[in-house]
Formats: sequence, C-alpha cells, structure tokens
Amino acid sequence: MQIEEMRLDGNAAGGVLRDVFAHDMTAAIATCEGCGKMGPIGALLDYAHGMGVVLRCPTCDMPVLRIARMHGQFRLDLSGIRWLTIPESTSPDRTDAMT
Amino acid sequence: MSSDIEVIPEAAVPAAVPARLEWRVARVLSVHDETPRARTLMLDVPQWPGHQAGQHVDVRLRAEDGYQAQRSYSIASPLEGATVALTVERLDDGEVSPYLVDELRPGDGLEVRGPIGGYFVWHVLVGGPLLLVAGGSGIAPLMAMLRHHARADGAVRAAIPVRLLYSARTRDDVIYRTELEQLTNPPLVDVTLTFTRESPPTWTGYRRRIDNEMLEAVSWPPSAAPHAYVCGPTSLVEAVATSLVELGHTPSGVRTERFGPTG
Amino acid sequence: MTERPFIARGFRGRRSESAEGHRLPPGQHETEDFPVLSAGPTPRTPLEGWDFTIRDSDGRSARWSWDELQALPHETPTVDIHCVTKWSKFGTRWEGVSVDTLLAAAASQGVGSAPFLLAFCDGGYTTNLPVADVMGGKAWVAFGYDGAALPPEHGGPARLLVPHLYFWKSAKWVRGLRILPSDSPGFWEQLGYHNRGDPWREQRYRGDP
Repeated sequence: MQIEEMRLDGNAAGGVLRDVFAHDMTAAIATCEGCGKMGPIGALLDYAHGMGVVLRCPTCDMPVLRIARMHGQFRLDLSGIRWLTIPESTSPDRTDAMT
Repeated sequence: MSSDIEVIPEAAVPAAVPARLEWRVARVLSVHDETPRARTLMLDVPQWPGHQAGQHVDVRLRAEDGYQAQRSYSIASPLEGATVALTVERLDDGEVSPYLVDELRPGDGLEVRGPIGGYFVWHVLVGGPLLLVAGGSGIAPLMAMLRHHARADGAVRAAIPVRLLYSARTRDDVIYRTELEQLTNPPLVDVTLTFTRESPPTWTGYRRRIDNEMLEAVSWPPSAAPHAYVCGPTSLVEAVATSLVELGHTPSGVRTERFGPTG
Repeated sequence: MTERPFIARGFRGRRSESAEGHRLPPGQHETEDFPVLSAGPTPRTPLEGWDFTIRDSDGRSARWSWDELQALPHETPTVDIHCVTKWSKFGTRWEGVSVDTLLAAAASQGVGSAPFLLAFCDGGYTTNLPVADVMGGKAWVAFGYDGAALPPEHGGPARLLVPHLYFWKSAKWVRGLRILPSDSPGFWEQLGYHNRGDPWREQRYRGDP
C-alpha cells in the first residue's frame, strides 16, 4: 500500500482543528511559506501519522501546519503558514468567499 | 470578495458549526445494509445542533482496557432531518469500519463529535450548477447534498441543475441505488454511473475508471463555472481533481474530500 | 461531556493476544501488523545518488555510497519494536550495518565525537537522540526487512534502526547523522515529543522522567 494512496486531507483534521481554534478551520485559506501557493486548509494533505497532525502543501509538500497533543496541551508549529485568512462565519453564503 | 454577492441575514441560515464541539454518546436507532460492504447507521445524537451537507462526524471507539481508535465519517442525511445517518463501508483490514458495519446494533451507544467542516460543504444558497463526483463510499456526503437539493423549495431547486458521476465496482456496490434512480430527473438531476469491475450484461453505460474523456462528457464546460465536489478513495479524488483542472475548471471551484485507501 | 469514559460494546480493535516470552513496555499493545505511518510522501532516491554521511559540527565528515555501505559487515538483528502510538511488534527481522561500525570508521577519518546526534533524511524528517544510544550494538543503518529489501513505505532504501527507543527515532529514509555538542530537537521533538524516548520508562513527551 503506497503512502500516497492512504493520505487524507485537511477535512480529516477538522475535529482537532476545532479543538485548537474553537472555530472551523477547514475553510480558512493558508498561504504556504514554502512556495507561496494559497488554498483552503481542507485541501492540504494529511498523512494521518498518528503522532500528530501534519498538513502539507499539495504543491511543494512543505509542512504547513503541525499539531501534537500531550499532557493537556496542544503544541503547534505554524511556521509553514505565511498568512492565514479565516472566514468569520461558515454560513453557506460565505463558503465560496476568497480573498 | 465580489461586491455583488447577496448577503443573506445570518438568522435565515442555520449555523454550520456551533461554538463548542463535545463528544456525545449517540444511540443507534436502526441499521440498514445498503450493499454487501456498506451499512447506514441512523443515529440519535443528543443535542444535535444540525449540520450542513458535506460535513462529517468523528467517531471514537474505546475498549475496556483504554485502547481507542478514531475515524471520520461523512453525514449522509440531509440537514432537514433530525437523525444523523452515517454510511460506512467495511475495509477488510480496517480497525473501526468492521465494528461499525458488522458488530454495532440498534440500541448501542456510539461516541461522536460534530458536525465538522466548513470547506467541503454545499447549500442551495451557494447555487449551481452542481457537479458531484463520487467513488465508492464517497457518495455519502454527496448524497447529503442531493437530498438537501431534493428538499429545497421548487423555484430554488429548479435554478440549480445537478450532475452526479458515480464510480462503483459493480451494480451491487452502488450505494443508495434505488433512491438515486428515484432522484434522477434530467436535465435537472442527472446521474451517470460507471462500473470498474463488472457491469450487468445489458449495461450500455460506462465500464471503466473515471478519466478526462468521461468527465468532459458528463460535466459542464468551465465557462459554466460549476461548483464541483469530489469524494472517495484518495487515488480517485486526486485523479479527478487533476483532470477537472486540466479540463479548464478553476481550482477553487473543485472541492475535495479524500477517504484514504479502498478496501 | 461524559465523566466516565464510554466503552464501545464489543470493541477490541486490531490487537492480538500477547505472545509468550516477550515483554510489553507500559501502555503498549501488541500487533502482528506492521502499520505504515508516515508524516509525508515517500521519497524515491535512486541508489546511484544515495549516500550516508556522518558529519561533526566543525564540518568534518565521513561518507559512504550505497555500494560502500553494502561492503561493510552486515548484521541481522531480530528485535521488538515499540511505536509511541502504542503498538508493539515482536520479533522483527532486519539486515543492516551497525552504527558502531560507521562511527568507528568516521572517527578514524577524523570526525569528532560529541554527546548528541541529529539524524537527517530524504523528505526532511529529522530526529535527535544521545550518541550513547546508538553505540554498543544498539543501532543499525538497516536496508533489509523480513528477508527482503526494505520497502520504500517502511523507509527503504535504508532507515535508522534503534529498537530500544520508541520507533519514531528509527528514522526512515535516513541519509546521515550530524554529531552535535548540544541536543537539537528533530521533527517530532520540536512538537513536544521526548528527546530520548525510552519506552520502558514511557518517555513519550518532553518532561516525562
């Protein structure tokens, strides 16, 4: 089984991202620090590692967002995100909003 | 953001995502075998806040010795209903799906958390045309969208044509087959099936994996700017999304949800 | 929120019954699978371009091509492995070159010694551990698994194998070791995983004794 066939995407990390940010993050638009490409967190590649969340840029594979959880804390590495645009609301009239 | 998007008052639209996501113990109301591999679980989730088509729940299974496993499953029921329907396909060496498909019974409890997701969602207020591409159990969230479309006010629905392209191994593996036949109403709701392993002897439709030619024939041209949702096995989702972009569709108009490997 | 954990009736998961004669570290469950866990896509480095380097912080290094590595003495350790995600697998069979052999050769080429190392890999993965934990017959650069060439999804062509520590230290797609005077957290350690990772002391996270 190829690792690439097993990968999921940012949608699968939606639950833990809600835990961390108290807000849906799958519709947030992230700009990759590695290549400058913009896209929704839901479209990032999730390799579902088990030790933590690692969401990678689908264009350049850079880890855009990393989260691990231990001893009652979330530890985040957001250094792969240059800018993050979070819609205030996820009501349907806004789901297509792009910067 | 375009200035000519009509602003819908917040109160008119149900909240897609409540403030706090808690794990709740849902009760299994009933189970329904859709195909030899797939089963729908109807759940009563206490204090369920409602959901949007395309959202999912996380399911958590804990054993007595503390061992636990967690997976995500798309909600197949439309937002207009009160119960939460999950359609689960059994992966042969899966850890969670065999339990949900083979072991779980009406009356059992099941820990769920949700609804989750704000990217892979569709509502009639987003408009159309709507292009849905499914592989295997990836039909589940797209079915929530179709069911929501079917329940919309007539004038709203008539303004949104839907095309579903659904890839399944065999006719027996088509989940919701009867309901899809009932919903089919071209040109407003068009359903195209393709079988990848075995097709009925009288079948005159597609008999192969989804490819550029099939997508081009089934879909609208890029100039129609359809809202596209692609869901199913990772390899299918990535191939279809790439194809749609190659055919000229705007990447931001193609939303994807990967389910991982097939069984 | 429920106060007592809700137990799913009849759920066991994919676990097997514990085998005789092997010990499970605390918090672990035995599995007969070999789960493929990766934090990124599989690198595919052709062997012609592959090398392994041990470098100190003054820039002195020793380097082996694939053929040069293969020419060193091979060992075939059979070991139990323990993943921090709580699965353990007993009796895994490997083939590789002992890190002792590589460190000794590096020293003879003037590469300095220091207390810590950072393993670096194709795809960008890194992990840190004390040099003492790869000495004395405890670690290998492994290129064979279960009698065949190590498959790419399990870290082939070669991975680090340090079975007495949690398996995230056994870095897949390893390309070398940096020998360092101070501990430098790698990919998971930056996110709070333990700098050493002894499963028998349950050193999963930073701050675990």
